[in-house]
Amino acid sequence: MSEQTSVETGSGSGVKADGRVPAIELRNITKTFGEVIANQDISLNVYRGEILSVLGENGSGKTTLMNMISGIYYPDSGEILIDGEEVLIRSPKDAFRYKIGMIHQHFKLIDVFTATENIVLGLNDGRYDLPAYEVRVKEICDRYGFVLDPKKKVYDMSVSEKQTVEIIKVLFRGADILILDEPTAVLTPQETDRLFNVLRRMREDGKAIIIITHKLHEVLSLSDRVSVLCKGRYIGTVITAETNEQKLTEMMVGEKVDLNIHRSDPPKDSVPRLVVNNLVCKNEDGIEVLKNISFTAMSGEILGIAGIAGSGQRELLESIAGLEKLESGEITYNNPATGAAEDLRNKSPRQIRELGVRLSFVPEDRLGMGLVGNMDIIDNMMLRSYRGGRGLFLNRTDPASLAEKIINDLGVVTPGAKTPVRRLSGGNVQKVLVGREIASAPTVLMVAYPVRGLDINSSFTIYNLLNEQKEKGVSVIFVGEDLDVLIELCDRILVLSSGQISGIVDPRVQPEGITLKEQIGLLMTKKVSGTEETPAGSEESSSAEGKEAAND
Amino acid sequence: MIFQFIRRAVMQGVPLLYGSTGEIITEKSGHLNLGIPGIMYMGAIGGVIGGFFFEQSGANFDLWYIRVLAVLIALFCSLLASCLMGLLYCFLTVSLRANQNVTGLALTTFGVGAGNFFGGSLIKISHADVPTVTLTKTSSCFSAHLKFVDKLAASADAGKCPKILADICSVLFSYSFLAYFSIVIALVAAHVLMKTRTGLTLRAVGENPATADAAGINVNRYKYIATCLGSMIAGLGGLYYIMDYASGVWSSDGFGDRGWLSVALVIFSLWRPNLAIIGSFLFGGLYIVHNYIPDLSMQAQELFKMSPYVMTLLVLIFVSIKEKKEALPPAHLGQNYFREER
Amino acid sequence: MTDEKKHKHVREPLIHLAKRDNLPRSKALLIRTIAIALGILITCVFGFLIIGWSPSRIVHAMLDGTFGTENRRWDLFEKTAILLCISLAVTPAFRMRFWNIGAEGQTLIACLTSAACMIKLGDKLPNPVLLLVMLVLSITAGMIWALIPAIFKAFWNTNETLFTLMMNYVATQITSYFIYIWSVPKGSGHIGIINPTTHSGWLVSIGDYPYLLNILVTIVMTITSYIYLNHCKHGYEISVVGESEKTARYIGINVKAVILRTMCISGAICGLAGFLIVSGADHTVITGSVGGLGFTAIMVSWLAKFNPLAMSFFAFMIAFLGKGAKEITTLSGLDSSFADIVTGFVIFCIIGCEFFINYKIKMRRKEAKHE
Repeated sequence: MSEQTSVETGSGSGVKADGRVPAIELRNITKTFGEVIANQDISLNVYRGEILSVLGENGSGKTTLMNMISGIYYPDSGEILIDGEEVLIRSPKDAFRYKIGMIHQHFKLIDVFTATENIVLGLNDGRYDLPAYEVRVKEICDRYGFVLDPKKKVYDMSVSEKQTVEIIKVLFRGADILILDEPTAVLTPQETDRLFNVLRRMREDGKAIIIITHKLHEVLSLSDRVSVLCKGRYIGTVITAETNEQKLTEMMVGEKVDLNIHRSDPPKDSVPRLVVNNLVCKNEDGIEVLKNISFTAMSGEILGIAGIAGSGQRELLESIAGLEKLESGEITYNNPATGAAEDLRNKSPRQIRELGVRLSFVPEDRLGMGLVGNMDIIDNMMLRSYRGGRGLFLNRTDPASLAEKIINDLGVVTPGAKTPVRRLSGGNVQKVLVGREIASAPTVLMVAYPVRGLDINSSFTIYNLLNEQKEKGVSVIFVGEDLDVLIELCDRILVLSSGQISGIVDPRVQPEGITLKEQIGLLMTKKVSGTEETPAGSEESSSAEGKEAAND
Repeated sequence: MIFQFIRRAVMQGVPLLYGSTGEIITEKSGHLNLGIPGIMYMGAIGGVIGGFFFEQSGANFDLWYIRVLAVLIALFCSLLASCLMGLLYCFLTVSLRANQNVTGLALTTFGVGAGNFFGGSLIKISHADVPTVTLTKTSSCFSAHLKFVDKLAASADAGKCPKILADICSVLFSYSFLAYFSIVIALVAAHVLMKTRTGLTLRAVGENPATADAAGINVNRYKYIATCLGSMIAGLGGLYYIMDYASGVWSSDGFGDRGWLSVALVIFSLWRPNLAIIGSFLFGGLYIVHNYIPDLSMQAQELFKMSPYVMTLLVLIFVSIKEKKEALPPAHLGQNYFREER
Repeated sequence: MTDEKKHKHVREPLIHLAKRDNLPRSKALLIRTIAIALGILITCVFGFLIIGWSPSRIVHAMLDGTFGTENRRWDLFEKTAILLCISLAVTPAFRMRFWNIGAEGQTLIACLTSAACMIKLGDKLPNPVLLLVMLVLSITAGMIWALIPAIFKAFWNTNETLFTLMMNYVATQITSYFIYIWSVPKGSGHIGIINPTTHSGWLVSIGDYPYLLNILVTIVMTITSYIYLNHCKHGYEISVVGESEKTARYIGINVKAVILRTMCISGAICGLAGFLIVSGADHTVITGSVGGLGFTAIMVSWLAKFNPLAMSFFAFMIAFLGKGAKEITTLSGLDSSFADIVTGFVIFCIIGCEFFINYKIKMRRKEAKHE
């Protein structure tokens, strides 16, 4: 292939002035999944001895793009060039051959194997000599400054050790183009620092490194250049030294899009419905995923929750719904029917229901949690209500009429109420789920990413439903990822950052100096004081901008 | 007495060892092959059919090469039969992704049925008075063992050498080649599984096929090879039982529940072929110990026969409560792999 | 360089598999029918090769062996009934994705309990009371045998397949133990027909049809199971737990309790089947009383996709194949294990055909890449 077709956006691609050829170059890559365009016309490149950050919000298509480099997906159109040669990467094996190594967000390791065994798995380089391999692993560790016992079993490892194994795995195979997908999402600040030092050493070693992230201070402290994606499109590439957090945020969040979502003012007689106080919650590994969360959800308002993925949104909603064990803290529900304050701490969903708490929850995982894919719409309607009525038998007549009602009212496209929900499209699945949760006349309605993967019409159906509920006096808690939507739909926006509240924003008030979107964007990546030291270089600007933050 | 017991226990254990070594290899690839009992039957009947027709052909068993040929033919037929069963299982569970439990159980029904059917047909062909097929000549080739043990025993009887020496030699050296081979295979399997690249890859396939796939391993090929190889090894257990232990006498259902005992042994030995060696002798001993306890009632014998299963259950329970990861079944045991389902 | 060039011209995989879940029922039915037909065809070919019978003769013999006389018909339906009853027993657990392959042992232990009652209480209790005691104790025995693995599964996640498998053989040996204790004559290892003169503990026959009661009980059980699994709250909970434990927790189902309860039911139905076998048909117990039906039942249940009504068809089919093939063996002098082979052929075909119902095979050409 010749070089003729490189139309550039920003400092896109091509041969550098000094004649160096990029280690890897993407030209006009487009990838669609069904109707959804994940990547559109994306071009970027990275040179050896350079760290490139790929920056973008959740759902901006970063991971999809990188998966095409590592052979997991195949692009619909566009070209990938390695050292100036066009290549075809159809499988992870092909990627290995081009010395591309990707470190996924979800580790692919075998629990009962040692570090070394995992590292050499699938390798074929002559004699299988475990002690010799261990020595080589050790060498790599020493060279780049990793700390890892080659004989340690994966099930005994911390998350950061597992990540180290993944990185060494690709280095061991001689990878010189490394892609790291959100490597710091699971790390503590100290571990992050250590990782960055390692990456800098690799850069000195002449490796080309791509790091996917949405944390601005990391971008600024680590990378040489930044390529920004937004909603599947390529925005541009800038040199890190010539930019700052605000400029990057602007690029990342994009222009404000007017969605024309109708928003009414919350009623005057709004009362606290759900009070959360000092909530602390740990995950399986014993790491605190929610730290001292306190907020009040009012009746008749939509409380938005913003934050980068994995900042504790899921845990927050699940702990309110009775699915997560609390370490400490209180959750109190003010029952409008009785006026009593019910304590929801460590109660099962069933117990919560039996208290007369009308709490509905639309979880993120629709077919894995909220609905049963293999059951038809009617049976899915019963999930919440099947226990009702006396006797042993199920009452299917009420669910059947509810199913019909939801199909008609929300315009669910389905061959019939007896169709397994698995066969419905994403939007219709969501309508069924939201419809069911609303049907039980909730006083608190929690929805997590309700429009993810939905087309524009279905999305608006959902927004209207939420608004309707709000006008009925329901306290709606909305976890979203699209800032435009959050800003236009919500009455207040609570921003989570690494399991803590970094600020609560009133979307009706325009901040000074920056746009509302940028303000939220900064809060999302802000380090809340009182946690850990942040890497040098990024702290000043971040705390200067985050006025709303809960400083002490 | 005690030496006699150990000797019988070992001989009783050998078929179990073959069966469980084969099943361990299969299970390490993530496939729970409950067809093992059927496969062992097929291995046995395969050898019987080969041996039967070779004997019928009137070959002269006095010639050494005829004897070798007889062994080879029986071995070949046995391996062929069990390999075909393994292939059928693989085709259904790996390629067609059928439920492993159901396929395995169907394979057992089929294998036991087919074994008895062909055995029964041979009985009819041979017009025997008793409902058995007897392959004395072939069996004598299979059960050939080192001669010096007998000589030693004779000289011990004559008082020319210490009895204890003869007994120890008898416990160690008096078995046929298939018995030693079972131990060799188990040791080799243990070595390959734990110390080689092939073993590492195979274990990875059983633990987490998606990870193995991502590492560029051809998951299905490993599953096929492991299952077929495992089936062939298990089939040898059936062959050994007929040709050596049962002295070449095939009778319907004669192999009994040894196939299931092999499956139990896999759990008992925590998926390690080297432990299976000891386990198989232990199980073999438990299986026959009632014969060596004086004045034991018939009913108590049955409780002794139960002990291997109870011990296996205890191991299974203990391991799952302790949650020692290395001792648990391969993580993806019993689950078929379909790449696009990740 | 050359490597790259070569690489570029490698085709996309020619055959590509994809899950499908929207095959119309009629088509799925057609695929299964073809599979059964294929199994019978293989049987005919095999039969022709072995005994030289024409396909029509084989089919005729099978039909004659199953429907030829009134006795044969009764026998066929009785066999179907017992197999179906055990299949019903394993089904609730399977719907929950609990791989209970211990139906053989659960049923056998119930057979033993029934027989024990007949031997020990036969002359002490009036027949109706004795029958009731037998029924209750058999069901309890089956339940206990099923509950043990369930407890370990629920609390320690012990592998239930291996556990229930081992429990089968423990049951066999316990049965064997008691058979020696109670054997007639002493030490023979056979109990023989229990209470041959008094008939106490024998299930009464309706009219002249000794098996009718077994069949009726199974019909009632089939319908009850169908209703329980599809129209009861319990059945619904079982389905939810089986489909997704996460969903079950989301709506507040106590997963452990459902596992224990469902295995109790499984074991109880096995117990009932054991009672029917001993009291209603065999009037004795041997280690082979269940005769592998516990394993065959698993196949029946799975082939029917855990639907009790479809199970009655598959149970009937397997009983038919078994009896039909047996007839061929009696007529031709073949070994009686011919029946297992025939059943095997048909079951393999059906197992294999599921693939074509669940997966779509797409042939992909190189052009597809360059659109």
